[in-house]
Amino acid sequence: MTDQGLETHQLDPKNWVKNYADYLYRYTITRLNDEEQARDLVQETFLSALEGVGKFAGKSTERTWLTAILKNKIIDTYRKKSSGLKMTEADKSETGQQDFFESDNGHWTKEHAPQSFGIDSADILINKEFNHILKECMEKLPALWLSVFTMKHIDDEATDFVCTELRISPSNFWVIIHRAKLNLRACLQKNWM
Amino acid sequence: MSDLKKIIYNCRQATFLIEKRLLSKLTFREGIELHIHLAGCDVCKLYVKQSQKINEMVKQLLKSGTSNTPNLDGDFKEALQVQIEDKLNNNKL
Repeated sequence: MTDQGLETHQLDPKNWVKNYADYLYRYTITRLNDEEQARDLVQETFLSALEGVGKFAGKSTERTWLTAILKNKIIDTYRKKSSGLKMTEADKSETGQQDFFESDNGHWTKEHAPQSFGIDSADILINKEFNHILKECMEKLPALWLSVFTMKHIDDEATDFVCTELRISPSNFWVIIHRAKLNLRACLQKNWM
Repeated sequence: MSDLKKIIYNCRQATFLIEKRLLSKLTFREGIELHIHLAGCDVCKLYVKQSQKINEMVKQLLKSGTSNTPNLDGDFKEALQVQIEDKLNNNKL
């Protein structure tokens, strides 16, 4: 660790597939949940990386460098998936959200008010069945919402970065974060109770 | 005062602030408003707990997802290896 700053990393494209293909594939699957698309992106990442070998300065590890290239491609995919859907999704969500709260005073409606549903138990985090439901509930979110949600929660990206990359305004960002969570929580309650 | 009254009873606005607080900072005023709302609203208090838990679970899903996901299939990797080597050889010429 002490000589981290001095170490210069080398690229070894012949061993990329062996060393990183599975890692990059899993990285993509977690964020896009589409096997075919994940395969394509891994391939594109290696090919782009080969083109850009000259730009590698050796400051990061090979894996970090490849992951950064892949990440840009994933964000491109988010953008493609969510562009054009924005208006209709926003409309739908306006009406969808009215179910959660009374329209006149903003109270929870009776049928959507949060109830205890056992997500507080300590072992829920390692419960496979629950993880499966969580995954399904996330997939039900509109593409743009899921992109925002994933970038923020899984990748811990700065809010400004998410807004710029997905071309949404900061106020829209918070509206999406709010609605995504309301829907996700409701879906979990419905399917786990 | 009427603004304050609105938030005290408004769970839609309160949950919005709860989400904002989980990822960012509330303004002083927003913080007070949420505090007052939560003091009187058990449903939103439960929401706070569940929402935090969901964030943890989503992060956890990433970790378990990474270890459970099947690897790339061998044929695809082989083809990819060939493609990379071809490209490397072409660049040399």
